[in-house]
Amino acid sequence: MAESLAGLDTFPKLLMHHARARSTRPAIREKDLGIWQTWTWHEFAEEVRAMACGLAEHGFKRGDHLALVGDNRPRIYAAMCAAQCLGGIPVPMYQDAVAAEMAFPIQNAAITHAVAEDQEQVDKLLEILPQCATLERIYYDDPRGLRHYQEARLMSCDALLELGRETYRRDPGFLETEIAKGTGDDTAAMFFTSGTTGVPKGVVLTHASLIDRARAAADMEGLGDADVVLAYLPPAWIGQNIFSYAQPFVTGYCICCPESSETVMSDMREIGPTYYFAPPRVLEALLTQVSIRMEDASALKRMVYRYFMEVARRTGGALLDGKPVGAADRLLYRLGDLLVYGPLRNVLGMSRVRVAYTAGEAIGPDLFRFYRSIGINLKQLYGSTETSVFVCVQPNGQVKADTVGPAVKGVELKFTPERELLIRSPGLFKEYYKNPLATAEAKDAQGWFHTGDAGYFDADGHVKIIDRVKDVGRLSEGSLFAPKYLENKLKFFPYIKEAVTFGHGRERVCAFINMDMEAVGNWAEKRNMPYAGYVDLAGKDEVYELVRECIEKVNADLAAEPELAASQIHRYLILHKQLEADDGELTRTAKVRRRHVGEKYATLVDALYSGAQTVHVEAQVRYEDGRTGSISADLKIRDAKTFAPAAAKKAA
Amino acid sequence: MQAAAVSPRAHRIGEVILAVEGVSLSFGGVQALREVSFDVREHEVRAIIGPNGAGKSSMLNVINGVYHPQQGKIRYLGREFSDMDSHEVAQSGISRTFQSLALFKGMTVLDNIMAGRNLKMRTNLLLQALRIGPALREEIEHREAVERIIDFLEIQAYRKVPVGRLPYGLQKRVDLARALAMEPRLLLLDEPMAGMNLEEKQDMCRFILDVNDQLGTTIVLIEHDMGVVMDISDRVVVLDYGRKIGDGTPDEVRANRSVIDAYLGVSH
Repeated sequence: MAESLAGLDTFPKLLMHHARARSTRPAIREKDLGIWQTWTWHEFAEEVRAMACGLAEHGFKRGDHLALVGDNRPRIYAAMCAAQCLGGIPVPMYQDAVAAEMAFPIQNAAITHAVAEDQEQVDKLLEILPQCATLERIYYDDPRGLRHYQEARLMSCDALLELGRETYRRDPGFLETEIAKGTGDDTAAMFFTSGTTGVPKGVVLTHASLIDRARAAADMEGLGDADVVLAYLPPAWIGQNIFSYAQPFVTGYCICCPESSETVMSDMREIGPTYYFAPPRVLEALLTQVSIRMEDASALKRMVYRYFMEVARRTGGALLDGKPVGAADRLLYRLGDLLVYGPLRNVLGMSRVRVAYTAGEAIGPDLFRFYRSIGINLKQLYGSTETSVFVCVQPNGQVKADTVGPAVKGVELKFTPERELLIRSPGLFKEYYKNPLATAEAKDAQGWFHTGDAGYFDADGHVKIIDRVKDVGRLSEGSLFAPKYLENKLKFFPYIKEAVTFGHGRERVCAFINMDMEAVGNWAEKRNMPYAGYVDLAGKDEVYELVRECIEKVNADLAAEPELAASQIHRYLILHKQLEADDGELTRTAKVRRRHVGEKYATLVDALYSGAQTVHVEAQVRYEDGRTGSISADLKIRDAKTFAPAAAKKAA
Repeated sequence: MQAAAVSPRAHRIGEVILAVEGVSLSFGGVQALREVSFDVREHEVRAIIGPNGAGKSSMLNVINGVYHPQQGKIRYLGREFSDMDSHEVAQSGISRTFQSLALFKGMTVLDNIMAGRNLKMRTNLLLQALRIGPALREEIEHREAVERIIDFLEIQAYRKVPVGRLPYGLQKRVDLARALAMEPRLLLLDEPMAGMNLEEKQDMCRFILDVNDQLGTTIVLIEHDMGVVMDISDRVVVLDYGRKIGDGTPDEVRANRSVIDAYLGVSH
């Protein structure tokens, strides 16, 4: 890029630069009353200026924290920058958090000012007001339903902006000085981690680290001010913040705020983003929609779709990677692009996508390949709040379904003997707010951040994340056992809803399988297989066969990976009931509580390792209305074929 | 719920704008309404309740000009009439929703609501069909008004969806949107919550209260669900077998012996 951004070490400075350098280019769009409204960089800067002056007038000063509660709205982002102009620290919060969850950050950071999107968020803030004595001012963007609120601390953003504009007219020099005072080492923002374990921690990130990472990734992908992003994930999540705040400020691209959370699909089609992020569950939901609509299509369309998707599966990924593909296949793919892939990308709103990322959890290889095969450059990345996101990104042409790619420029990586991934990067967080103990635990004296994730480098130097370090165990002969990795591999099969693997301290790996009632039920119906219910179906020999095939495919895959070849699954059983959060077997976020399941079904685990062919089980279940009952069943235990590491290639 | 109390309401309840005086209506031998009288004040939410066949819908149809009562008078904004055409009623600022929905199922949500603005269109049919000159300007103006209603009722996601494909609860909301499109002064709602689940009912209550509060629209609603009515109405009329048996605030009506007997059955 020709323009020099040297010396622009804070976000407000970058904003003022764009306001001059690309004053008429769009900075942010929002769909309102059915029409996309545009703020140019100039207009956006004006809005930020007014808001900053208004906040200053209300006593917001250097080092103060500003809570932001709401969905992606131009005003929320303007407020973020306004706080930074004054040397304050925006603290975005999840808009779907319940009131009680919002109290902690406000108390922890002694937050004085808050910007809320609408009545819903204002109500939550008012509810916790008694516990949050520091909160002096609440501003709201959307006045709907708020007209009659008689709370002195409440004010509309419009009024705040009015006040700010007036102050700015009186003393235009004030803000320029405040902005000039900021340096890259100042705190830019604070993100509270969701805190699945214990209380949430405020991750403190500086301007320098956010700008560094945003730029490193933008350079790598060649992002520029012609790019467009749809901001549809919570702004309190670091990823959305990078894509819709840090990176546009670095490159000058435009972000678009959807009309409402329900219109994201059609808004995306209208906007046609060029740069896109989606967690695997969103990609999966999109694919499901496509599949359902294809099922309803006419026979001819279904046939064409099936034929060309097969072509795409063979050649699409290779073409995207720039690998050699035969002329005939190339021609077929071209035709498929005309008939199927192009229109499909259009329906998904991805016609213009140049770079798409997915991250957050393991993505199923089939799902991943689907998007790549229709010509969408979907890649994986690895990062967290503490690292300003970009740690690993798959470069174009080196994309794999099961790694997260090599380190991005500027990042150093290493693994401890326990296989924990350590990171040193200019993007690392400064500290956990007011929590030196946790900071010291996560970041050592040499500046290495301990991720808690276990993994290793594969043959191409890509990082492969397999599990959390605390869950990784060893088989009795000493080789690595990563239960989550195996379970994920199993769960990618539609017939398997949940899996629990055992192996730590044992000779070999065994598994509980939870079948997916819907998928297996459909499968059984197509085969005219009668069954009485869940327990009956789960116990059918045919279902055991079905699951065995899945497990053996996983085993063949594992045999190809030297690190994990010993983790092949030898024996398995299909559970007689679904694992439920109500029974304490899953967490509320639907993760298996492996240890608890192991203890609760200790007899089953023993049977797996004893060599028995059946085992009797009696289990208490809690129904949704609170009553309890018991299910008893005789479960079969079956062996699965395993592969010698050397024979892997042939079998796979 | 919290310290920040919400002040009573934006529009203070005003003068009587609609008065029904001694209205009787019969269909052959069936006496649907017998000398019913009540009034509606500006900006209030007025409910008409009663068991099945009490004459609620007939009452609404009389106000609406669909039925013409044999006896009695209706005064609306100082004008007195016993007999008015539904077209005239609509022009005088009364709109309504229907128990059994009156939407164009094959048309999109947007077009349905646009249709509700028909009375407000000034240009002639030909210009509208060609979408030229003043008609185009007018259409843009109306579209904006419709978009405000879409925003108000939170149906942005369904703008382009044919109404027939929407679930029932949403169709009801579109029906309300269509009625609101003509910017009525008095809005008649015929069982707005019939057939809805609890969540949809709560949403609908919120919308009705919002319409009343933010737009200042006077609302007369018929409802079956006692709980809902008592929560959102200012005053309630109770009908039973075509006769008015109670009239007053929800609390008064709740305490009224004959209402309890009629509605909940007499306990012996």
